[in-house]
Amino acid sequence: MKKRLVVIGNGMAGARLVEDMLSRGASERFEFVVFGNEPYGNYNRILLSSVLAGSHDPKDIFINSLAWYEQNGIKLHLGAGVTRIDREARKVYAAGDLVEGYDHLVIATGSTPFVPPLAGLKGANGTWKPGAFVFRTLDDCDAITAYGRGAKKAAVLGGGLLGLEAARGLLNQGLEVHVVHLMPHLMEVQLDPAAGSILGRTLQGMGVRVHLEKSTTGVLGDDRVTGLAFKDGSTLDCDMLVISAGIRPNVALGGEAGLTVGRGIVVGDDITSPDDPRIHAVGECAEHRGKVYGLVAPLWEQTRVLADRLSGKNPDAVYQGSSVSTKLKVMGVELSVMGAKEGTNEADEVATYADPARGVYKKLIVRDGLVQGAILLGDASVAPSLLQLFDRATRVPGAPADLLFPSSGGAPESASAADLPADAQVCNCNGVSKGRILEAVKGGCRSLKAVCDATRAGTGCGSCKPQVQQVLEAAAGDLVVDDPAAHYYVSGVPLTKPQLMAAVREKGLRSVSSVFRELAGGKEDPGSKAGLASLLKTIWGKDYVDERDARFINDRVHANIQRDGTFSVVPRIYGGVTSADQLRRIADVADKYQVPMVKITGGQRIDLLGISKENLPEVWKDLGMPSGHAYSKAFRTCKTCVGTDFCRYGVGDSTALGIAIEKRFQGIESPAKMKLAANGCPRNCAEATTKDLGAVAIEGGRWEVYIGGAAGSRVRKGDILCVVDTQDEVLKHMGRFMQYYREEARYLERTYDFVERVGIDFLRRKLVDDCDGIADRLDAAIQTAVDAYNDPWKEAEVPVHPSQFRTLVGAVAVE
Amino acid sequence: MNAETVVLGSVEQIPLGEGRTFVVGDEPVTVFRTRDGRLFASSATCPHGKGPLADGLIGGTKVVCPLHGFAFDLGSGRCLNANGNCGDLRTFAACASPEGEIRLELPRQQGSAAA
Repeated sequence: MKKRLVVIGNGMAGARLVEDMLSRGASERFEFVVFGNEPYGNYNRILLSSVLAGSHDPKDIFINSLAWYEQNGIKLHLGAGVTRIDREARKVYAAGDLVEGYDHLVIATGSTPFVPPLAGLKGANGTWKPGAFVFRTLDDCDAITAYGRGAKKAAVLGGGLLGLEAARGLLNQGLEVHVVHLMPHLMEVQLDPAAGSILGRTLQGMGVRVHLEKSTTGVLGDDRVTGLAFKDGSTLDCDMLVISAGIRPNVALGGEAGLTVGRGIVVGDDITSPDDPRIHAVGECAEHRGKVYGLVAPLWEQTRVLADRLSGKNPDAVYQGSSVSTKLKVMGVELSVMGAKEGTNEADEVATYADPARGVYKKLIVRDGLVQGAILLGDASVAPSLLQLFDRATRVPGAPADLLFPSSGGAPESASAADLPADAQVCNCNGVSKGRILEAVKGGCRSLKAVCDATRAGTGCGSCKPQVQQVLEAAAGDLVVDDPAAHYYVSGVPLTKPQLMAAVREKGLRSVSSVFRELAGGKEDPGSKAGLASLLKTIWGKDYVDERDARFINDRVHANIQRDGTFSVVPRIYGGVTSADQLRRIADVADKYQVPMVKITGGQRIDLLGISKENLPEVWKDLGMPSGHAYSKAFRTCKTCVGTDFCRYGVGDSTALGIAIEKRFQGIESPAKMKLAANGCPRNCAEATTKDLGAVAIEGGRWEVYIGGAAGSRVRKGDILCVVDTQDEVLKHMGRFMQYYREEARYLERTYDFVERVGIDFLRRKLVDDCDGIADRLDAAIQTAVDAYNDPWKEAEVPVHPSQFRTLVGAVAVE
Repeated sequence: MNAETVVLGSVEQIPLGEGRTFVVGDEPVTVFRTRDGRLFASSATCPHGKGPLADGLIGGTKVVCPLHGFAFDLGSGRCLNANGNCGDLRTFAACASPEGEIRLELPRQQGSAAA
């Protein structure tokens, strides 16, 4: 028999919980009953202000239609206000003699607008005077719009977020708008005084009249609203009034049922009432650790935890509170706020930047290297990077003040993708237009991964993912969900890299198939195999159990597959220094196998293209050279310049160093490929400053070691890890960084993304200053990997399987 | 039964967890051998860019084309991430005989005589 889950409230929290339950397959064990006060399916309340402003049609803000409830077998009571909860009998009573029994009850009653005591708000008949409104529901929105058509001058009581949104709507309808606020500056919950005053100035410039520190005492007018009276004796003429002075959680049902109630209905980390294990509360009516959240992101974290617990997907899931961050547009002005708005102790580093004339204000509070809070008003270009640092509690790279401005060293921040026309191409690898992405969002994709899977955007080189995210955020607003899978090391095993590494070590999992068996419920995911193989090889070295089917084809046959199914062969030429003998052998191979193209590569190697798989072993034998590894996620090549032997400018022997680097690190697997270079002087002919790792000789016999450079789909100058005196020290620090990168980076995360993510200062402390004492271990681990190297082209003599180099293995005739 | 069975030799021709191709009549067919011992068979190339599916990664009942990452369900042949860019595969029933031989079921050609 199915359990009954009854939800009181069909707003963003209640409906979301039901969605979360359905997505966890809970409909097999639960039947759902939902009570809603409003006579509609559920809609995105956040977009009500856009409906008021005329930029959204009411029908566009619905999240789930009535048909959705029917299709999913959800019993929906609309317009039925719940009157009582009987905990003993486990029943809910509602208007119209409705009774529903429950096994679990979720209270998601949200909140109602707070209306301060105002003399004269009600007319003689006891109801509100015509022209006075609150702003909470779709019906309120309709009523305000209808009345506004006959009005000229509107007052909005309350200069908080919702009040300003109402003001924007009324302004768009052509009314003269006055915002009346009790406090000394606007949006005091989110903004500090400086930001509040700059916002006020910007809004005045748009035509909103702002009245601060005004305490409203009464509503004027005999049979309709004609003005407001203030405590200081002054008055304001207006012919309509929208009250938006805050909200009060709807807790009465819980209180009457004997549940503990503070500002909201109290729940523990299990999102359950301490008084009754069958009763839960989510959203604006719930109080957790003394906090009531009015934003949508915390609400979704709550429903996710509750759905994990109730559905049995993770009965031990806990909610530990939300770090509040939000991105919004206040009357078209970009605003991002996160965490604290003021520094609270002396150790806090606080950076601010103000440009009142442009309406821009930025503030960042950093404590112990972590973002404590930020305000970004009027310019949100750095919001995504700051939000990421804040949400993931990642250490701040470099000086805090630098984070307030788009990086000058990195790629310039292009104009926001949100402003592009629909036919603009966003993904240049797969030719995906902005319009296609918007269609996917309209079709229900709400996470970056869902959009990418549906459109193939971002699945090529991946460099457009920030733009895809921008389009998604602009289209879906606060409905965007952070896909937990985005933090997994590979999508098929639900663990982050540190969790996965710990589990692999603890359980002693040495093969890819054992990881699927033990950590993914036995479900093999082809897209996760290569990433797992790379990680297991890094963890276990020689003890890794190598299952060849876990390798991408390139690593099964040690060559790079081409568009026609043939392969490219790049022999190892250490440091790009070759000889007449090598060149002769390469030329003979090109003749013998009629190689369609012989090409010099960007990494100073020679590429033989168009070799069939069957010919690979013979080609390698004829070449008599080791594999150049131009196919795997591994150390690729070390480019060099001429150095000191011949070049008249060289100050360091870059060819000798490049050869030494390549001999030492050839074939070392890593999360993504590593391209290296060594320069004999700062003229940078080998382009070492834009390589994953690079060495540059400088006057005085010293070497600069660069990491995190890029000259691919993005261009980034590398950061100097250290400056050292000898080639041996270059090798040592390069190896140490490589090992750290192998252990810490996400699969396919190039060094330039990794270095930016963790920060160069952090890496210097760890790898050069050795602040944690891990350097010796890293040095030993990379040495083990170096010692384990075997030239894979030796498999030409002894294949691992008789059909390793054959695709076609048989033929039969059919009658 | 309205099908013809052809025998393609030992399953050991195919490494565990990989696929290999056989020419059956004049059609190249790839047979996949999953780690749990099941066999699947489909047309040998990806409808999108003719990628060799025998070179793809397989997992569960999916194969991913090595060229552009289109994924297919080996049971139904359906492309799982086509988004209008790739067709489906033709699939065939395949199994291993008790002696460890690959048995492939071909639909009978129209007009051919039933036994």
